[in-house]
Amino acid sequence: MSIAATTARETVQLATGRSRERSPGSLVFLGLLWFSLFFGVMVLVVLIADTAIAGAGRFDADLVTRYDSTLTPERTGFRAGILGSLWLMLFTALMAVPLGIAAAVYLEEFADSRRWYNRIIEVNLQNLAAVPSIVYGLLAVAVMALIGIERKGIVLGGAIALALLILPVIIITTREAVRAVPEEIRQGSLALGATTWQTTWRQVLPSAVPGIATGTILGLSRAIGEAAPLLMLGLASSVRFDPEGMMSPITALPIQIYGLSSSSQDAFQEAASAAIIVLLVMILGLNGLAIFIRNKFQRSW
Amino acid sequence: MASATSSDTFPQMGSLGDVHMSAERRLPDSPVNPVMETRDLNVFYGDFHAVHDVNLAYGRHEITAMIGPSGCGKSTVLRCLNRMNDLVAGAHVEGGVLYHGQDIYEKNVDPIAVRTQIGMVFQKPNPFPKSIYDNIAYGPRVTGMKVDNMDDLVEEALRGAALWDEVKDKLKQSAYGLSGGQQQRLCIARTIATKPDVILMDEPCSALDPIATARVEDLMLELRNEYTIIVVTHNMQQAARVSDRTAFFTARPDETTGNRTGLLVEYDLTSTIFSNPNDKRTEDYISGRFG
Repeated sequence: MSIAATTARETVQLATGRSRERSPGSLVFLGLLWFSLFFGVMVLVVLIADTAIAGAGRFDADLVTRYDSTLTPERTGFRAGILGSLWLMLFTALMAVPLGIAAAVYLEEFADSRRWYNRIIEVNLQNLAAVPSIVYGLLAVAVMALIGIERKGIVLGGAIALALLILPVIIITTREAVRAVPEEIRQGSLALGATTWQTTWRQVLPSAVPGIATGTILGLSRAIGEAAPLLMLGLASSVRFDPEGMMSPITALPIQIYGLSSSSQDAFQEAASAAIIVLLVMILGLNGLAIFIRNKFQRSW
Repeated sequence: MASATSSDTFPQMGSLGDVHMSAERRLPDSPVNPVMETRDLNVFYGDFHAVHDVNLAYGRHEITAMIGPSGCGKSTVLRCLNRMNDLVAGAHVEGGVLYHGQDIYEKNVDPIAVRTQIGMVFQKPNPFPKSIYDNIAYGPRVTGMKVDNMDDLVEEALRGAALWDEVKDKLKQSAYGLSGGQQQRLCIARTIATKPDVILMDEPCSALDPIATARVEDLMLELRNEYTIIVVTHNMQQAARVSDRTAFFTARPDETTGNRTGLLVEYDLTSTIFSNPNDKRTEDYISGRFG
């Protein structure tokens, strides 16, 4: 009986010479997937290549070392914008990182999620991440008016707007990093007689640092490309000195690009294209740093 | 390893298979001056009644095992003994847990202080992502223990957990480089570094292979001379091998809701539980007829 069954099984034809994985339907679907991918990547490549070609004549030292100049358009530079953007990033990080981490730690480690007010915070946090950036610009204008600072276009105002903008991103990524620390670590620490605060400070946060750093850098790389909230705060597109402090008037790279790209002179158009590539390099650099930190320090439990 | 005298005392031993009773000692029928006691202990998670009226006394320098089928509340009872259940949202305790006569659930008792006296070792080895040295030093540091020489304390704790010879040359290396059994003994060393009075163990060997299990069991028998040990285990042979007294729990389904509430069935000397249990349910469980 069993021998007969085995013999019958052997006669089943396996070497049919065709694969059902390669049926017309599957191939059409695969082709569609490839096309979608190709389209998305292609648009990006064309855009970057076009910009790079348009700005090719201006990849020189003047581009990053000189201030903008209306007298010699072919030698105009973005020194003020690059420095302004870097200053903005510094103060944005100084404001947003401690606040964001503290808020995330409260929500993950201390808040009782069954309380209605904590649930409201949760819901609002998700919504805040989707608020248009220009609204944060408006909010920062209001904050500046509240604290009585009338100077327009300074580091402080821009940094407040950008900090508010990336705060939800930092809170959400920090929460994820904190949540990834296994419960056993917390329990082990508490069982030794550590307080919740000690456990958070000495066990949870050090383990979550790579995730927090990654989220922070990704948030900053979003902030560095923003122009809209900074325009609301009255940042000038032309500044001819380096920033010196929190109250120093500045410009930012995206604002300068915006200003020059509407110019009628070809030399300014070219400079704007080159500046776009500089901005992209800064953003890619930040993202690269985030990936490096994640790969190098992230712990697998 | 059952000696001649013990087989005389417990003639039915053989009937339950060759369970080794290396932990067997002459002990009074019930603990004298118990270190810890539960009094009518009831535990609820929200509306769910997890444990019903548990009365147990844990003797000084004894190993008490709590056994029973899954869901019988033995781990819940263990976690009440150092207030680790406080960390579960919605957990609520009625009745009392006495530690040297002091109810640790009274309002003015600091759970942090309770945990420095009553340490805990978990089911899965959970070393901190730090060096072996820092794992041991962590407890004394966070509790603000007065330590003359931390190096000596680390060595003492590691020797106490029979781990010193294996790790003395790599104290600065990550604890994650150790094997599972070594990690569990590191967790025991970490617990004894804070000089507790009682050590709770929640299925300490369930993630370990038989050789690592044997080493941890040997260690428990050594630690018994200085500490009071309360262990939850799924492994009946383990309870029989190491414990002095055994508490058998079972789960009783509620007639209306079907929720299973854990309750204590029988508590006695381990030799009695495994040779001559009073209750039919205990006998069925330890002879493998259920659970």
